[in-house]
Amino acid sequence: MSKHTLSVLVENKPGVLARIAALFSRRGFNIDSLAVGPTEHPDISRMTIVVNVEDLPLEQVTKQLNKLVNVIKIVELDQSAAIQRELVLVKVRADNDTRSQIVEIVQLFRAKTVDVSPDAVTIEATGSSDKLEAMLRMLEPYGIKELVQSGLVAIGRGARSITDRSLRALDRSA
Amino acid sequence: MTEHAASPRRGDTPAAHAPAPQHVVETMTGAQSLIRSLEAVGADTVFGIPGGAILPAYDPLMDSTKVRHILVRHEQGAGHAATGYAQATGRVGVCMATSGPGATNLVTPIADAYMDSVPIVAITGQVTSKAIGTDAFQEADICGITMPITKHNYLVTDPAEIPRVIAEAFHIAATGRPGPVLVDIAKDALQATTTFRWPVETSLPGYRPVTKPHAKQIREAAKMLVTAKRPVLYVGGGVMKAGATAELRILAELTGAPVVTTLMALGAFPDSHPQHLGMPGMHGSVPAVTALQKADLLFTLGARFDDRVTGKLDSFAPYAKVVHADIDPAEIGKNRPADVPIVGDAREVLADLIVAVQAEFDAGHKGDYGDWWERLDEWKTTYPVGYEPAPGGQLSPQQVIERIGRLVGPDAVYAAGVGQHQMWSSQFIRFEKPGTWLNSGGAGTMGYAVPAAMGAKAGRPEAAVWAIDGDGCFQMTNQELVTCALNDIPIKVAVINNGSLGMVRQWQTLFYNQRYSNTVLHAGPGHDGIEPPAQGTRIPDFVLLAEAMGCVGLRCERPEDLDAVIKQAMEINDRPVVIDFIVHQDAMVWPMVAAGTSNDEIQFARGVRPDFGDDLD
Repeated sequence: MSKHTLSVLVENKPGVLARIAALFSRRGFNIDSLAVGPTEHPDISRMTIVVNVEDLPLEQVTKQLNKLVNVIKIVELDQSAAIQRELVLVKVRADNDTRSQIVEIVQLFRAKTVDVSPDAVTIEATGSSDKLEAMLRMLEPYGIKELVQSGLVAIGRGARSITDRSLRALDRSA
Repeated sequence: MTEHAASPRRGDTPAAHAPAPQHVVETMTGAQSLIRSLEAVGADTVFGIPGGAILPAYDPLMDSTKVRHILVRHEQGAGHAATGYAQATGRVGVCMATSGPGATNLVTPIADAYMDSVPIVAITGQVTSKAIGTDAFQEADICGITMPITKHNYLVTDPAEIPRVIAEAFHIAATGRPGPVLVDIAKDALQATTTFRWPVETSLPGYRPVTKPHAKQIREAAKMLVTAKRPVLYVGGGVMKAGATAELRILAELTGAPVVTTLMALGAFPDSHPQHLGMPGMHGSVPAVTALQKADLLFTLGARFDDRVTGKLDSFAPYAKVVHADIDPAEIGKNRPADVPIVGDAREVLADLIVAVQAEFDAGHKGDYGDWWERLDEWKTTYPVGYEPAPGGQLSPQQVIERIGRLVGPDAVYAAGVGQHQMWSSQFIRFEKPGTWLNSGGAGTMGYAVPAAMGAKAGRPEAAVWAIDGDGCFQMTNQELVTCALNDIPIKVAVINNGSLGMVRQWQTLFYNQRYSNTVLHAGPGHDGIEPPAQGTRIPDFVLLAEAMGCVGLRCERPEDLDAVIKQAMEINDRPVVIDFIVHQDAMVWPMVAAGTSNDEIQFARGVRPDFGDDLD
């Protein structure tokens, strides 16, 4: 099993997320992470899906996704040729003794302190899963009160855009 | 290339038959817009039942001179009728139902059409857009429910979208790998005033089926075919859907390769053709099953390596390389890896292959299948499909079906339910033409036959349409005979009445120590099923039932009456006819590959494994 990051361009229509989620569950594929958001084109949304599968099932995932009428394009982003980021918001227990140590960790990971109260600080961090994991390991001893993490988003390196051609197709069909 | 009337043609949407009016822009209700859209795409028949949410659509439907609505007795009947219509005509079938239970009653036929890739459009009413999500009366999330069993579906709350959605629905249903599309329309969208525009621009940026095969793959496939020693053309329903049967015959005769046709492809290649080995699979012919097992090349055209064909997958066709051509890329490599994958419409694939094979011939490369045919012919002669006569003057079900096939002939349309009678129909009726065999292959939906036959007859009134049904199946959907009787749809129904759920009983005989748990249909509680059930319980009495529904009811119990009764039924054309054939209950379907075992373990008859001359192994 290995992790694969799929960028899926879909029509920005109601129910598309449900179709994709339903397809994964029906065909017995597991989603590690899923993130959805708008793109530079108002009619297109982009999903970044991380799946943990063998190569052959991955081919099936891609082919079955491609059959969904609302799916415009699927690109597998190679880890080495893509920038992959997650966002984490974490509330850590902090008092006068520990606050400065926590802030130091925050700076070390180039994260941000976004909220402070007498008993806690809230930290915002972005990065690869590895980096975020490392930061959370460092924060753990202080007491993590609450944690929320986004799905992974990814974009290919270099000048090429995966949306260019799809937009042209969309313009043609419109 | 000539086109059969009955030959379904992918991409041949009804719009091609009925030219749409030029640039119409009119103000009307959403309901009127729906009916006008259906007229514009060329839908001529709709099977359905009205109810609260769809009611607005039924008002303008009453005035339509182009769309015939057939009022069925149960929505499931409407769905299967649409499927039967589509299978027999090659056009998109249409069914209509109201929200909630009306829509959920369509679920089985939609799932059925999805499994067999049949182009149908289901139109359902939905509660008003404001009430959606409130658990309103007769509300069901039919889009959510049918998501995994439709090719695509739509929820329409804006009446302006109706024409575009209907145009897209018919396009999606009929093109690429065909399949069911559901259009759910909120009641207020049907009631509101809107503008009907036609023709309408569709917007499907994510839907681009590939129909033209890759030239390099075609050349590679042709090369493999002419260098193979033991090839088999493994033909599935895709060839039928693409209307590619003429091309298939040309390729088969050009190469001399043997042909097997799956359950979904019966009629794609004439049963009487000397190169035809029969049907592969669990109840396939010995030559067809064995040819695949011993082949060195599976030349797969529009088939999908279904488990009922492959048996235990890892021992299926162990010596074979695989060429796999299909319109759906996801089928290629799904169950069996392909050495040469070809994505394309079967008709275009076959047309290109014919040219490529001819080019190989011209270059002096011609396949020599002489040794292969020697073995195939031996299997064909030694293991023809056959059956044991029924004991003591009883009717044998195989004989009934065989005689119907012979007397009614290859021009008729045959629709089967699911079970033993379906397998016997596939074995003992000789299919010579496409579009003459309707059945529920993938889903295995009992009760399919009567409504599917009704749909076929509505679409092709000139054809004789026979439902070959079991007494179990018949009791699920026979009420559609009322629809047939009232709407001048004179189908014939042959009930192969063995008083039990025969296929399940066969498995109980073989795998459950003859303990007949709940498979005897006309015995009361406490009946052990081993003693011959009184053939006289006759509950229900199918002859009386038929008469009650406005049909002619006939009964046949003795072999000597068989032909006369069939002929009598053939002469009646003003009403549907039901014949209750009382057949012996212990007949079994042979050959058989037990579920989950290797196709090498095929049994020609109970306990009899053919001698394959396994020197090859």
